Parts: sequence; structure tokens; C-alpha cells
Amino acid sequence: MRETTAERVSRYVILTLLTLFVLVPLYVMATTAIKPLQDVRDSFTWLPARPSFEAFVDMWETVPLGRYLVNSLIVSTCAALLSVAIAILAAYATSRWRFRGRGVFLASALSTQMFPGILFLLPLFLLYVNIGRATGIELYASRTGLVITYLTFSLPFSIWMLVGYFDAIPRELDEAAAVDGAGPMRILFRVLIPTAVPGILAVTVYAFMTAWGEVLFASVMTDETTRTVAVGLSGYSTQYDVYWNQIMAASLVVSVPVVAAFLFLQKYFVAGLTAGAVK
Amino acid sequence: MTTTVSAPEEAPAGSEPPPRRKRRRRPTLPYLLLLPAIVLELAVHIVPMFTGVWMSLKELTQFHIRDWSGAPFVGLDNYRVTLDYNSATGKELLHSFWVTIAYTVLVVALCYALGLAAAVVLQRPFRGRAILRTLFLTPYALPVYTAVITWSFLLQRDTGALNHVLVDQLHLVDDRPFWLIGGNSFWSLVLTMIWKQWPFAFLCLMAGLQGIPQDLYEAAYMDGAGFWRRLRAVTLPMLRPVNQVLLLVLFLWTFNDFNTPYVLFGKAAPDQADLVSIHIYESSFVTWNFGLGSAMSVALLLFLSVVSAIYLFLTRKARSDA
Repeated sequence: MRETTAERVSRYVILTLLTLFVLVPLYVMATTAIKPLQDVRDSFTWLPARPSFEAFVDMWETVPLGRYLVNSLIVSTCAALLSVAIAILAAYATSRWRFRGRGVFLASALSTQMFPGILFLLPLFLLYVNIGRATGIELYASRTGLVITYLTFSLPFSIWMLVGYFDAIPRELDEAAAVDGAGPMRILFRVLIPTAVPGILAVTVYAFMTAWGEVLFASVMTDETTRTVAVGLSGYSTQYDVYWNQIMAASLVVSVPVVAAFLFLQKYFVAGLTAGAVK
Repeated sequence: MTTTVSAPEEAPAGSEPPPRRKRRRRPTLPYLLLLPAIVLELAVHIVPMFTGVWMSLKELTQFHIRDWSGAPFVGLDNYRVTLDYNSATGKELLHSFWVTIAYTVLVVALCYALGLAAAVVLQRPFRGRAILRTLFLTPYALPVYTAVITWSFLLQRDTGALNHVLVDQLHLVDDRPFWLIGGNSFWSLVLTMIWKQWPFAFLCLMAGLQGIPQDLYEAAYMDGAGFWRRLRAVTLPMLRPVNQVLLLVLFLWTFNDFNTPYVLFGKAAPDQADLVSIHIYESSFVTWNFGLGSAMSVALLLFLSVVSAIYLFLTRKARSDA
């Protein structure tokens, strides 16, 4: 199958335009982070005239970025690990057993994606406040509350992707292990989980990203001590000044690890999506 | 210990079914495995949803927030206010509903178009393909707020890159336009959302394209089918299962989008870019009228459920016809 000249030209045009569209904001983010504050107050320049790492030093002072980062790290790590552990169990059941209610479970898990976040933000806010008042278990404005909330956000999609990975593992492997005397849980830990490691990693990163980037619930459910980066970054724009160079520097620090992890595992996301979509 | 006993028991039987029968004897296990997931979904999604419905039937204003279960029951009054287009509340909600519809249609259509274009041109191998694929996925991997904050910097009137290009470099306009207030804010919102969401369409469509056997293209090519013909006759029909899910998910995510306008405009979104989710957030948390906010959310959920159900019904029909 040969590519015609028209096809080749349009391929170059499409790729050039898309590359520019994607690259310009990323470029601006990176170059603004290395401009001194003086230079971001004036009219925009494409090249940083006086590159400096001033913003990367100052950003820790302007807002308590360190504390926000620690909060985000704790909340996102706990939410991701718990979400994946729970999703593995649920995906194992859904992939290996044909039980009554299986379809209903999968469908209702996915349909929670449809809910406007705002619909259960209000009740959840009031529930957390009232649980705290009644039992003394602090869920509102606590990291625990955020962890519980965020892990359910990534759960449906994690289950969906993991069912795809597990379905791709031949049942002969389970049966061979069963013949060797392995019970169901042993099969899960000795056969399925080791085989699906790349997929599980991809799902973990997805769950981490979901918690790391969430804004709506973080803005309502945190206070000054539990604030996450997602909300904390707004602290760089005060009434008097907007520290654009520091915002961009902090954005880079917050983004680079998750972007790297995602891109590193991209092919497993593609595999998970294919497996899920084929069904 | 039981393992050593059960293994020889099954081995001499020598028949296929034993392992299966062994599982069938334990029908409770799958339910136990599902239990944590179900409990959490119930606690964070389902129970609050029903609480939301119940709250929408109450007069839950700041006077009753301390004792919210004791708030007076007002039946469908909140819905009456929400859906009455002669009242100010109803009129504003209707306005923001139409803004959201326009926003959703534009964003979903363009994300899909960009995603498909990129997936198709990256279908055949060439040097640099892996780099471009990685680059295109980057906006999706960025935390939402960093992506949106970067756009809000690009769109600043005096210090932003967009006005620098339009006014200082190309001299297309004399006065520096505002991009984050007034009518332009709608387009800024659309552009920002497309930038961070189109890679998801790209990712799904790329995954879908990998499932299409190359033979189909070869066969179509042999029959003299050109590029567009192959796209229409091979690519799009083969992508139908991916499209069905992808378009629905894009629609729901875009319609419910809160993060983009919230980070782009702060708490007060311009009228022209007043999306429903922001509108409900303001009605609830700024005026502390949770009953009214809940009624709006429930109405929104009903609308989305009906649209999704119709969509799934129609696409299922189309699928079985094909």
C-alpha cells in the first residue's frame, strides 16, 4: 500500500500543526519558570532574556509548597494503593467467575462516572461533617476523608482495565495451579498478579494521577493544614501580585513525576483500553 | 495441608471438570472479593446521591445548616424554582445549560476530530513516530490544574503569549483583547479543554486502530479505495465499539467539567462561560442554599441519564444492524 503525495503532505501538515498546538503551552511553562519575576511582569517574550533559577528557590517561601506537596503525596499514594488493591479483588471476581449480578456490578460501577461531582459533593460534605460530630472520626478537612473519596474516583475505571488484563491471561494457567493444589487466593497472588504486573502498574499510576489532579473536592474538603497542591497553587496569585514564574516552576515540579510515569507506562494504558473496548 | 489431600483426589479422577466444580462449590467467594469495592461505591457515590435527592426536597439554607436533618420539608419547591424559567434562578440556570451544551458539543467534536486525525496519521511507522505519540499524550498526563494555569497565563491580556502574537508580532488587532472576561472567555474555555482532553480521544482511537487487521486495508487498497474511502469503509466501522464508549465518556466528562472553568476563572466565571457545574457550585456554596443546589444537581443527573440511555439504545441498535 503506497502513500500518495497528497497523503504525505497532509500528514506533515497535520503533524506540524498538532505539534505546535501541544508544544507551545509546554514551552511557555518551561521558559516562564526560568524567568526572573521582573521579566514576567512586562510584556511577553519568547526567549528568557536572563535565565535564572530564582523561581525554583522562591516558590517554597511564597506559599507553604512543601507542606502541600507532602499532603498531596500522602493522599495520592494511599488512595492509589488502596484503590488498586480493591480493584484487583473486584476484577479477579469479575474476570474468573460468572456469578449473579456480575453485569449489574460492572454497569453500575461504570455509571458512577456519569455522576456530576457536584451532586455528591454537597451530601458528602455534610455527611463527613456530621460523622465527625457524631463519632469524633474526622473525615471533613482530613487526609483520611480525601483518601476515601479519591480512591472511589479511580475505582470503576481501574476495575474495568484490570478485568481486561486478567481476561487476557489464559485460564490454563489458573487450572494448572489448581491442579497443583492452589486455592483461589493463591492463584490470584501466584499466577494472576505476577503476570499482570505492567497492567497493575499502569492502573496504579492512573489512580495516583486521578487523586493528584483533583480540584473540586480538595477545594471544599481541606483546610490550611491538609491543603493539597491542587488548591495550594492558587496561593501564588495574591491581591497585589501574581508570581507567574513561581507558578510555572511549581507546576513543573508537580507535573514532571506524574507525566514521566504516565509516558513510561503509556503502552500498557493502550493495552488496557484495547482489552476493555473489545468486549 | 488440605492441598496435599485434595490434589491426589482430583488427579486420579482424570476428568476435566474438577477445578471448575471446585469453584462452583464456593459461590460466596466472588461476592466477598467484590465487597470492599461495593461498600466504598455505596458510601461515597450511592448513599450521597440519595442523600442529595432527599436534600433537594428540603429548605436547606444557611439557617438550617447546623441542624440539617431538621430543615423543613418543602416537597418539590426547589425544583419548581429551578425549572421556572420566569424566575431569575431558573433563567440563569437555563442560560448556563445552553452554554454547557455549546461547550460540550464543540469540545467533544473537536477532541474526537483531532484524536482521529493524529491516530490515523500515526498509524503507519516512520521515524519519530514514538516521540510524537509521547508528545501528544503529555497534556493528558499533566495534572489538570497545571495545564489550565498555563493556559490562563497564555491568555493574560498584558503579559500573555496570545496577545503578544496577535498584537505585537502580527499586528492583527490594535487593542489588546481580554480573553478571560467577556465573550472571548467562552472560546478560551473551549480551547483549554480541548488541549488537555483531545489526547484521551487520541489514546483510545490509537488503541482501537491497533485492533484493525492490516489485511483489510490491503484488500481495500487492491480494490482501488483511496484514503477517504478506506477511512469510511474500514477504519470508522471497525472503530465503532471504541467510538460508542469514547463519545459517551467524553460527553459526560465535558458536560460535568468543573476543574477547567474553576481554575481558569476562579470562583466568579464570566456569564458567557458559566458552565452548569460552576453555576451549581456557586448557588450552593456562595449563597449556602444547599437544597436548591441539590435540586439543580438532581435535575442535571436526570438529564444526563436520559441522554446516556437514549444514546446507548440508539448505538446498540446501530451496532446490531451493522
